[in-house]
Amino acid sequence: VLFADSISLYGTKADLPDEEFLVPFGQAVVRREGGDVTVVALGAMVPQALKAADELAAQGMEAEVIDPRTLAPLDIDAIVASVEKTGRLVVAHQAHRTGGVGAEIAQQVTERAFDSLDGPVVRVGAVDVPVPASIELEKAVFPVAADIVKACLSFRRR
Amino acid sequence: MELSSEQQIETLRRMWLIRYFEEAAIRLYGEGRYRGSTHPYIAQEATALGVCAVLEPHDQVLATYRGHGAAIAKGANPQTMMAELLGKATGMCKGKGGSMHMSQVDLGFLGSNAIVSGHIAIAGGVALAQQMDQTGAVTVAFFGDGASCQGVFYETLNMAALWKLPLVFVVENNEYAISTHYTESISVPFISQRAQGFGLPGVTIDGRDFYAVVETAAEAVARARRGEGPTLIEAKTVRWTRHSAVAAGAPGAAADKWKETDPIPRYTTELLTRRLLTEEQVVALEQAAKAEIDAAVQYAIESPYPDVEALHADVYA
Repeated sequence: VLFADSISLYGTKADLPDEEFLVPFGQAVVRREGGDVTVVALGAMVPQALKAADELAAQGMEAEVIDPRTLAPLDIDAIVASVEKTGRLVVAHQAHRTGGVGAEIAQQVTERAFDSLDGPVVRVGAVDVPVPASIELEKAVFPVAADIVKACLSFRRR
Repeated sequence: MELSSEQQIETLRRMWLIRYFEEAAIRLYGEGRYRGSTHPYIAQEATALGVCAVLEPHDQVLATYRGHGAAIAKGANPQTMMAELLGKATGMCKGKGGSMHMSQVDLGFLGSNAIVSGHIAIAGGVALAQQMDQTGAVTVAFFGDGASCQGVFYETLNMAALWKLPLVFVVENNEYAISTHYTESISVPFISQRAQGFGLPGVTIDGRDFYAVVETAAEAVARARRGEGPTLIEAKTVRWTRHSAVAAGAPGAAADKWKETDPIPRYTTELLTRRLLTEEQVVALEQAAKAEIDAAVQYAIESPYPDVEALHADVYA
């Protein structure tokens, strides 16, 4: 098992069951239901996507936020089912945009549900540069909720 | 090798610069002025200074993430280093490198590296370039006891010995790879013994003894310059501080005992004995170094962060 964790989540808190619980491989979770756009968010982008969904709701767009939890195996069925409902897909991750796994998800959705897509899949990822040490520059590299909002709203312009 | 009086006095100044730089780095981290981490070079000052004392400006130095000392030893300005630490536009790498990726090419400081032992192979490449270009320059790679357990170290030892590269390996054995004592991870009493299997000289010295480091480094550098190949120097030292500002790995109760072997008072005594400085001059020199670091901290704090536009600068050729 290759486990990729995000340092940016180290300081966060969440409710956990008292008893042992296991995250099943290959089973995505719909963190929020919505009918206008599907947002597949990975790792640290999940809370950002939920924040973005709140903002989008205020602007009249309902986002469905999917957390795949594992990438291999990938629950592509859950993503495809959502895209068939919404017709729009945004994939968000902290990895670089170029060569990021978002491109693979976009491709798989294109293969499986091309006819359901209203337009091209939009990727939200880190700017294609080595991550700088400077706090201010680093902030500009990694995507946040506002970037996901912008990506979702870009469908409106089509 | 006899160093000039000026150079010996300058060494004491740089020892204090390193010591105060690192103390400031720990303090500024605690104040939340930068993120990531920092790895103090405290108590290891004599090693980097002793090795760099025998280098020429065109010689190249590569260091680990515990590399602030090597940078200052190679002549870096603490002001631009401090600004780099805080990720400011005025920093040595314009804020992009931070504590663990400082570098200054025009100084022959090719940089510190956050990947344990990753730079050892890079140093091999630098030395190969020096050999092919016949520059007469040499390369020094500083790394720790933990790094000496990585495979890339042995690969580089082998190729450097085979090709007689102008390379000096300086393993700073500060006894702990974070929290693992070297006797729990290294099969021989001395890391320098590992050179035997690759056919190059290996020597263990007290890395807190500046003059011993100078003597050994001078020989290794001369050998490298003559085209006779690399040397492995094991500089024994200790780490008083935790591994980093973030990670644990404190040396614990033994730290107090180790402080008795602080390289700075030891070196100060040498300078007094050699009558290169008076007691008053020693105090004045330390205070001036402290003031220089205080000014560097102020400069770094007051410096601006880089503009977001700088993100793509210096990235793609």
